[in-house]
Amino acid sequence: MATPDRRQGGVWQWLDERIGLADLAKLARKKEVPVHRHTIWYYLGGMTLFLFMVQVTTGILLLLYYRPSAEEAYESVQFLMAEVQFGWLIRSIHSWAANLMVFTLFVHLFSVWLLKAYRPPRELTWLSGIGLMGIAMAFGFTGYLLPWNELAFFATKVGTEITGVIPVIGSFLLRVSRGGDEVTGATLTRFYGIHVAVLPLLTTLLLGLHLFLVQKHGMSVPRGIERQGNPKRVMPFLPNFLLRDMVGWLAALAILAALAAYFPAELGAKADPFAPAPVGIKPEWYFMFMFKTLKYLPAHILGIEGEVVGIVGFGLGGLFLLLIPLLDRKTARGERSGLFTMIGIMVIVYMIVLTYLGYTEVATQ
Amino acid sequence: MAEEVLGRDTTRRKFINWFLATSGGAFLLSVLYPIARYLIPPPAGESAAASVTLPVKPADVKPNSGQIFKFGSRPGILIRTPAGELRAFSAVCTHLNCTVQFRSDLSHIWCACHNGHFDLKGQNIAGPPPRPLDQYVVNVRGDQIVISKGA
Repeated sequence: MATPDRRQGGVWQWLDERIGLADLAKLARKKEVPVHRHTIWYYLGGMTLFLFMVQVTTGILLLLYYRPSAEEAYESVQFLMAEVQFGWLIRSIHSWAANLMVFTLFVHLFSVWLLKAYRPPRELTWLSGIGLMGIAMAFGFTGYLLPWNELAFFATKVGTEITGVIPVIGSFLLRVSRGGDEVTGATLTRFYGIHVAVLPLLTTLLLGLHLFLVQKHGMSVPRGIERQGNPKRVMPFLPNFLLRDMVGWLAALAILAALAAYFPAELGAKADPFAPAPVGIKPEWYFMFMFKTLKYLPAHILGIEGEVVGIVGFGLGGLFLLLIPLLDRKTARGERSGLFTMIGIMVIVYMIVLTYLGYTEVATQ
Repeated sequence: MAEEVLGRDTTRRKFINWFLATSGGAFLLSVLYPIARYLIPPPAGESAAASVTLPVKPADVKPNSGQIFKFGSRPGILIRTPAGELRAFSAVCTHLNCTVQFRSDLSHIWCACHNGHFDLKGQNIAGPPPRPLDQYVVNVRGDQIVISKGA
């Protein structure tokens, strides 16, 4: 046991004797962050975490008014937006923070990719991170349906239909994900349960592992910097790095508040299963590059239906992403790996170009 | 003697391990099986209706227009061609399940989700849809439009 710190008060000592505060404080003091020209990327993970905390807080608040049924969901959100004091603010922040969180998560992912921070011994940190990305996208997909408006209805129809395309188990998955053969109120309650209970539980477990691994291994120093002899400077995590983190979080909160005030979340028209899909229908921006790809694919490619080729292709892409630390043998050996840098840049360019095309196309052509 | 005891001990250990593993496995199965079955929704009564009478009069459907109707639990689309003929199809796009609509400016059927085009016979003519729309039979009986599934 650490020697009691005389500067601390009685409460601190009482707690220290029971949970070992001194040991924790020692651990926290030991944590250091390398300082070099790529240090800026270290802030993205913490930023994503902060935005996730915003989601938890606003999500709990939304639960107090939301009603998960096809008859009441749309009306309860309408009530929340129009009648409840600051209801519009809470929902708009939830919606904007979700988008920003996916964005910072992507930036975090690609910075880790290009700096090859996944190299041994951090493969599991990468795997758990990709798992968290999958969860974040599932959060986005299930949450999008909950207001039960027209856009959400058709986005869910298409999105769940995609699971039906998966060979062999597709039709089974389709029924389980929809809670029936069609997108109905049963789908809504199912998505609600997944969004507010299943995914938060999975996130807690996987995020716990991810953060534990980050603590265990410390920050990864890019290979190029390591070559020049380890970084010459470090800064203590407490309080130097954390304070810088908090400056970023405060800025993010200000941006969120501004976005929510100037561009509040929309609700649109209530879902009607017997109305045609609205013109200009679009998914959330982080699904846009996949949506646009499916739009471009011809009906048949080598005798196989185009959408099957596209969806299986994205599935394999996801698997590749997950397995990068195991596939990139050069990086694992400590050598330069130009190929994987190249692939990373190509993926970024592909996503940006298709997202751009998706937002600039004329809806009716 | 010692070997004998050791030998007997290892087989006993093996037996207990086997016993624990199988009962553990059986316990897990007995927990997971009901959960798995619970997650699969019960089959909904598939709409047996083979025909439907629409709440619109034939005269209300203008040439070069279309509208969605309910065919059981799924949407259908009734169109009147520019030539004046009434036709009906399933309104479920064969690509990814969106609901199609009639585009008067193009005089054919179109899906907004992924830009799929179908001609006046429901044939997929452009975009990603891989198959034509299912066609229904339209019967006009006086003031009523009756739609039924083809033979």
